[in-house]
Amino acid sequence: MQLIRVGRSAVLAEVADAAAAHSLAVFARRAGVPAGEVVPAARSVLFDDVSDPGRIEELLAGWSPEQPPTGAVVELPVVYDGEDLTDVAERWGTDPDGVVERHTSLEFVSAFCGFAPGFAYLSGLPSELAVPRLDSPRTRVPAGAVGIAGTWCAAYPTASPGGWRLLGRTEVALWDPGREQPALLPPGTRVRFRPA
Amino acid sequence: MTVLTVEEAPGPVTVQDRGRRGLAHLGVPRAGALDEPAAALANRLVGNDEDLAVLEVTLGGLTVRAGGPVWVAVTGAACSVSVDGRPAPHAEAVYVPERGLLRLGPAEQGVRAYLAVGGGIDVDPVLGSRSTDTLAWVGPPAVVAGTELPVGAHDGTPAAYDAPRPPRPGPLRVDPGPRRDWFGPDALDRLCGTTYTVRPESNRIGLRLDGPPLPRVRDEELPSEGMVLGAVQVPPDGRPVVFLHDHPTTGGYPVLAVVRADDLWRCAQLRPGDRVEFRRA
Repeated sequence: MQLIRVGRSAVLAEVADAAAAHSLAVFARRAGVPAGEVVPAARSVLFDDVSDPGRIEELLAGWSPEQPPTGAVVELPVVYDGEDLTDVAERWGTDPDGVVERHTSLEFVSAFCGFAPGFAYLSGLPSELAVPRLDSPRTRVPAGAVGIAGTWCAAYPTASPGGWRLLGRTEVALWDPGREQPALLPPGTRVRFRPA
Repeated sequence: MTVLTVEEAPGPVTVQDRGRRGLAHLGVPRAGALDEPAAALANRLVGNDEDLAVLEVTLGGLTVRAGGPVWVAVTGAACSVSVDGRPAPHAEAVYVPERGLLRLGPAEQGVRAYLAVGGGIDVDPVLGSRSTDTLAWVGPPAVVAGTELPVGAHDGTPAAYDAPRPPRPGPLRVDPGPRRDWFGPDALDRLCGTTYTVRPESNRIGLRLDGPPLPRVRDEELPSEGMVLGAVQVPPDGRPVVFLHDHPTTGGYPVLAVVRADDLWRCAQLRPGDRVEFRRA
């Protein structure tokens, strides 16, 4: 783990991967880390709104990478009619049914949220199934769209521009600020997809 | 309960308080008034706690009718203020009678004016804040003609006087950012030795600057990482963006420097074409 100061009131901890980032974030929260924000990401955790960066650095020194605790399993029913389904099928060397079969056979884990409220980056797509982002992002992707990019999978919680390749859509509300837990897929949540 | 009814809102107008905290890990931006000292001053002038919500009025002005008598104060961007057609002072508590028409003219200097009302704008909070985030539209909807804004109970006393902040001319102070190694060794000096101009696409998400591009020494993609308020992020075109309150909570472009929190209010008041310089804190 490498610690980098970010301005005067934040520390960025660099770790090996998203699982380690989640593990560190859980460790730090349990230890009562004195930071206003703890933001795990692809290979780092940001500790922001910190009054004493030195104290954060001391506390994090007690962490050792371990398998992070995983949360509940959320199953998302998906209508597999995405605009990029045949394109992804070609890239995976199969047909649309083959894409559905592979996508529903995997277990994903919410590694971190970003981009938009409740937008969870789901890890679990093997590297041989990685696909590049679209060269030119769509100006509007509807809420509920399920897509992949690189080795990540995600379901768009709200309509937004987006460059991920779309496999289908789910009707489940991924983001609802009126719920006690507004994000359906906070970091650590396990996710499975099934045909709706 | 008193209600303010918006009659005209030509430019973007949003409800803002001090923003949402502790939700960045869910992708929720902090939001909140961009010119924090101006919003706090407006609240103090009407006798409010500084946590209460105000209106952030961008460039175009605002006309509201008061359903009951209220104390108001307008701060931030210089603009005309009138009540029922009679001129009223900027940065002072002003009394608006029942059915009175309060008018803020377009910004003459700066970008964002703040309107505080005794008792605060009392819309329902969302996730602990009344701020509207314009990146993902968390919080109350944008304020437009016809919007009815409830006002909270006012038990404070308007202030006879409050010292407005002194102007702080000169460069924005920066501390080093986490990804200096993605740029040439002199990148921070270059940033601090260049006069940039504000691009018109600037908004509550970021102050977008124009100037000679900052060259990168690394071509690969940076894995997404958490972003801080005031981050000077440099996208592939080499033109820096200073992240303001509605910035995305994670991002994949390297951060060269971070603007000091005390200087961020100035970013809120810079107009397209204005000059911007940085210096090391």
